[in-house]
Amino acid sequence: MGKPVPKPVPKPVPEPTPETQPFWDGCAAGELRLQRCRACVRPYFYPRPVCPSCGSAEVEWFTASGDATLYSYVINHRPAPGFEADAPYAIAVVQLAEGPRMMTSIVGVPQTPEALSLDMPLRVTFEQRGDISLPVFEPAGEWRQ
Amino acid sequence: MSKAAIIAGAAETNSLGKLPGYSTLGLHIEAAVNAVADAGLSFRDIDGIATVSAPGPVQVAHALGITPRWMDGTGVGGTSFLLHVRHAAAAIAVGQASTVLITHGESGRSRVGAARFAPGLSSPPGQFEAPYGTFGPTTAFTIPVLRYMKDYGLTHEQLAYVAVAQRRWAAKNPRAMFRDPITVDEVLASRLVAYPFHLLECCLVTDGGGALIVTSADRTGDFPKPAVHVLGAGESMETPMISQLPDFTESGAFRLAGAAAFAEAGITTSDVGHLMIYDAFAHLPIYGLEALGFVAKGEAGAFISDGNTEPGGFLPLNTNGGGLSYTHTGMYGMFAILESVRQLRGEAAAGVDPEISVVLGNGGMFATSGVLVLGRSPL
Ligand SMILES: [Zn+2]
Repeated sequence: MGKPVPKPVPKPVPEPTPETQPFWDGCAAGELRLQRCRACVRPYFYPRPVCPSCGSAEVEWFTASGDATLYSYVINHRPAPGFEADAPYAIAVVQLAEGPRMMTSIVGVPQTPEALSLDMPLRVTFEQRGDISLPVFEPAGEWRQ
Repeated sequence: MSKAAIIAGAAETNSLGKLPGYSTLGLHIEAAVNAVADAGLSFRDIDGIATVSAPGPVQVAHALGITPRWMDGTGVGGTSFLLHVRHAAAAIAVGQASTVLITHGESGRSRVGAARFAPGLSSPPGQFEAPYGTFGPTTAFTIPVLRYMKDYGLTHEQLAYVAVAQRRWAAKNPRAMFRDPITVDEVLASRLVAYPFHLLECCLVTDGGGALIVTSADRTGDFPKPAVHVLGAGESMETPMISQLPDFTESGAFRLAGAAAFAEAGITTSDVGHLMIYDAFAHLPIYGLEALGFVAKGEAGAFISDGNTEPGGFLPLNTNGGGLSYTHTGMYGMFAILESVRQLRGEAAAGVDPEISVVLGNGGMFATSGVLVLGRSPL
């Protein structure tokens, strides 16, 4: 059996749901919007209509600072469909200044262990993917190249 | 409750590896036939069925001509079969079933009649992980370990040594897929799959199946093979998305499931003579040893590279060779249970003669966990 010839496919484009639409609307406006609980004041991610800390449904959206640090990552050598031209590429999880973490890409920096240092400061930026503006992160402060 | 149950039958498919002549369902069926024969029973004796979808309990039971009065389709990843044992023990204890068949089959390598799985792009992982180029467990299950390495000083060599130690067990096992000895240097020289993971630090992808018969401990002695007693069991969950694992240096699900199982059995780590930890990747035995309390946080890498878990060590771990060297169909949990059963029966290729064996299962990517405490005797 030969290897199946991969058909060129686009990178996946997130499909917002009613609960997540405000997050994606924020990205389109160039803002990273998170939710927080009015009862226990804790911010959280991913978007959902109840607070995962206390169960309160009294939650609100706010605009996060966009500041983060690099929490962990891999450098993937087996590209997902649509990512063939990017490989090897980092798949990262960042620690947002407000507390929650999210998966993301690190842009504007070589995708190498030497250039990707855990705990380095990062700042959100946005990449167009179809009709979605996708939050990604780039080095911040003295780590900017 | 689970103190009342035994594993009376246990078997794998005739072969493991590359089996393009079997569909997923076909693997379930062969494993079921072998397990029922191992228990000296027929399908008429089975009144309970448990397996994951697809194909799921209805398809498997129907194919075997069984009309169960109890069924469990819990499908929470590769640890599901450990949960099935726990659930079956509970059902048997209250009389909802007397003899439960648990089956696994997966055409993980050949993909014959196999289910497709990809998160929909409107699901949370579809919106918040897939857009960044995740593509199965090699790209995501691996993400936490760099954080662990930085915080606890685990070295690349220690991570590689997990594969070396398990290959030493596999070398003793004629059914293991990879048996040639390997060195740390060879592991680190193998192809990078997702830095810091090399090919030899990632599990195999194989076809195969296995099945168990669980029944009441009242029937101990009624079967051809020695009974394996279910002394304790636990289950837990933590996160559907690896990015939302609360602490990348540990598994809360492993810890909670383990604590529940050890408490039910009334044992401590010093009672355990044999251990199976689901090893889809080389870091899982490290996370598992710490979550179960065999070593303190940050010590498992050195514990393994000091030789404690390999042949001759005092805590035999993954004695079939594990998912890294024995087999890994995609849902490895059944094979981990089966090796514990073989060890307790005295049938294992690399026998270590334990009185008590513990099986730690993982589901998804640190998503779920099940733990079983199995023993040669009732407590
Ligand atoms: Zn709250």
